[in-house]
Amino acid sequence: MHAFLKTGKLGAPTDVKKPSTSRAKDDKKDLTPWVEKYRPKNVDDIVEQTEVVNVIRQAMKHGDFPNMLFYGPPGTGKTSIIHAAARQMFGSMYKDRILELNASDDRGIQVVREKIKSFALRKANPIGPDGKKCPPFKIIILDEADSMTGAAQTALRRIMEKEAHSTRFCLVCNYLSRIIKPIASRCTKFRFKPLSDEKSISRLEYICNEENLKADRSVLEKIVEASGGDLRQAVMCLQSITRLKGKNYEITVDDALDVIGLIPDEKINALWEACKKGNYSNVETLLENLLLEGYPGSQVIEQLNEKVIFSDELSDKQKVIIGDMLGECDYKLTEGSDEYLQLLSIFSTILIAWKSS
Amino acid sequence: MSLWVDKYRPTTLAKLDYHLEQAEDLKNMVQKRDFPHLLVHGPPGAGKKTRILCILRELYGSAAERLKVENMQFETASKKKLEILTISSNYHTEVNPSDAGIHDRIVVMELIKATAQTHHIDVGQKEFKVILLSNVDQLTRDAQHALRRTMEKYISTCRLILCANSTSRVLPAIRSRCVRIRVPAPTGSEIKNILHSICKREGLHLPDEFANRVIEASGRNLRRAILMLEACKVEQCPFTADQKITEPDYQVYIRNTANMMVSEQSPKVLLEVRNRFYDLLTRAIPCDLIFRGLLKECIKNCDDQLKREIIGIASEYQHRMIRGSKPIFHLEAFAACYMAIYKKYIESSLEGFM
Ligand SMILES: Nc1ncnc2c1ncn2[C@@H]1O[C@H](COP(=O)(O)OP(=O)(O)O)[C@@H](O)[C@H]1O
Ligand SMILES: [Mg+2]
Repeated sequence: MHAFLKTGKLGAPTDVKKPSTSRAKDDKKDLTPWVEKYRPKNVDDIVEQTEVVNVIRQAMKHGDFPNMLFYGPPGTGKTSIIHAAARQMFGSMYKDRILELNASDDRGIQVVREKIKSFALRKANPIGPDGKKCPPFKIIILDEADSMTGAAQTALRRIMEKEAHSTRFCLVCNYLSRIIKPIASRCTKFRFKPLSDEKSISRLEYICNEENLKADRSVLEKIVEASGGDLRQAVMCLQSITRLKGKNYEITVDDALDVIGLIPDEKINALWEACKKGNYSNVETLLENLLLEGYPGSQVIEQLNEKVIFSDELSDKQKVIIGDMLGECDYKLTEGSDEYLQLLSIFSTILIAWKSS
Repeated sequence: MSLWVDKYRPTTLAKLDYHLEQAEDLKNMVQKRDFPHLLVHGPPGAGKKTRILCILRELYGSAAERLKVENMQFETASKKKLEILTISSNYHTEVNPSDAGIHDRIVVMELIKATAQTHHIDVGQKEFKVILLSNVDQLTRDAQHALRRTMEKYISTCRLILCANSTSRVLPAIRSRCVRIRVPAPTGSEIKNILHSICKREGLHLPDEFANRVIEASGRNLRRAILMLEACKVEQCPFTADQKITEPDYQVYIRNTANMMVSEQSPKVLLEVRNRFYDLLTRAIPCDLIFRGLLKECIKNCDDQLKREIIGIASEYQHRMIRGSKPIFHLEAFAACYMAIYKKYIESSLEGFM
């Protein structure tokens, strides 16, 4: 239990807030990964998601919340914003007023009934122990709600209605479609957009500055481009490079490429050319080698997709044929099909598509 | 007496034989205090596990090598008892969650929580323990979803090292929480150096030509190369340049099966082929290897259009096999489908001659 208490109910160590004097705590700070260290502590630190931020700011002003449902791709600030808002609103009462349950906790019907219910029944005093006013409700955060079973969600729905006077629910998920309709319709829904390159880069620049790190803008651009709007991944990547290479090192684009896991263009191009020339055995060898290098199939598909879409040599019809196959194989890969077979299927399709031009 | 693959496994990052720059980087990383979660991926036999063990050794010193094997008990929500084999030292625990089948979520979560809780036991200079999960590409969705926030929550006491052949099936949300370490298969010349150094230490002479053939047959799988070399030694020692290489016999068997399908397409052959599939399956040969091996032979004499068609059906049936429950159905379906297509092709090209 020790460790659990130390990190608290919330991922980010709460002691980062105030500069601490004790050495032990400083040590601790060194140890926190940057993703946690630079997790926004204040709603105003959240970049990009202006719509949500505005609504939440308004809500905080009025001291009340609707039930909310946040959805969107990973690393766009969903978890951060609700924790930041709760912390600002409840101040020192913060820990008593929120219950976070995520996919790692058992969230079967039983738990929903017991844990959530008993928390919902707890009294929320409008005045905190320090005599300050504190909004008279609690927040239940159901992070990663898309992995809750349908039955558990149904049970949740009833509790949401019954406890509406004293408890607000905040559901966070990646996929909206996995949340049952009756729950979704009881919440104000907010879509979190992938972050824009500009905003992400300036956040990375800020971190570089704080950490005394030397990185060229072109490197940051590359990192951000590859992370596809997932700021967590971008921050993680920046730290990985620093960890792997040491701090007094000027980060180069090549380092970045490797850590992000991008496949060098020339490898994809070689396969592309072999397809174009209709040289099947060459395709086979190149593909075998590519997989032996340890590049994941999903990444190959992603980069091929870019290439196909922006190609000005291919006709629209050819693009359709190839695009269709990319989609099908991507799906099969995520289901666990063999990478070699699926990729071979794609490249043989490209080869035939070239022939038919 | 241990096998050469174990006997000559490097135990420290400094002793690793290839991808030296990466070894250097890893060393760098271990020395920093904020060791991250790792996702180590690469093809089979590329040396992922060796690298991971070196990292552990670098983190915790030789104590990480004092291992005990234990059966750990877990209980599912429906009160079903599970026993899972774990290998652990004082500082780390290794488990293959796919042993638990669909209950892998429980195993992973319990393990992380248990590890985080025993944290106050003195861990020496490091503040965290490591959990090593192998085959994470086979983790169920459920388990992967559960890992997302847990990885953030318990990070101060527990780091994960995830090991997989490919990251395609690992959720983006998990990928973005790890430092990814790609371990490419060693090149032919890197394998050669290793084979030579093993032979030197064993006091054996390794003819160059023979080494080349072993490497060729290994398909850049270092483990397989060393195993084959040792097998050859048992058959004939000292080595000669033209010595026969004992290929894994299932490869030959798959190839012959494919050749049967190529040379005659009839219900009789289908029946024979079917029995051979059963043979392979009872010997626990991985199904994706069977599919790959069959495909490679089957499309040798086809034109590009037909190749495309056959690759298409192979990828379709392999996918169905993953989704389905009985591999034999899908292998057989592939064989039947292939024979039908191929027969039509042969017949129509014969017609052209007449
Ligand atoms: N909109 C944002 N503004 C600032 N930082 C962000 C934002 N989105 C993500 N981050 C960074 O990414 C990390 C993960 O964000 P999180 O809120 O946990 O993402 P998720 O949407 O997956 O819950 C944070 O610690 C922070 O460093
Ligand atoms: Mg989150």
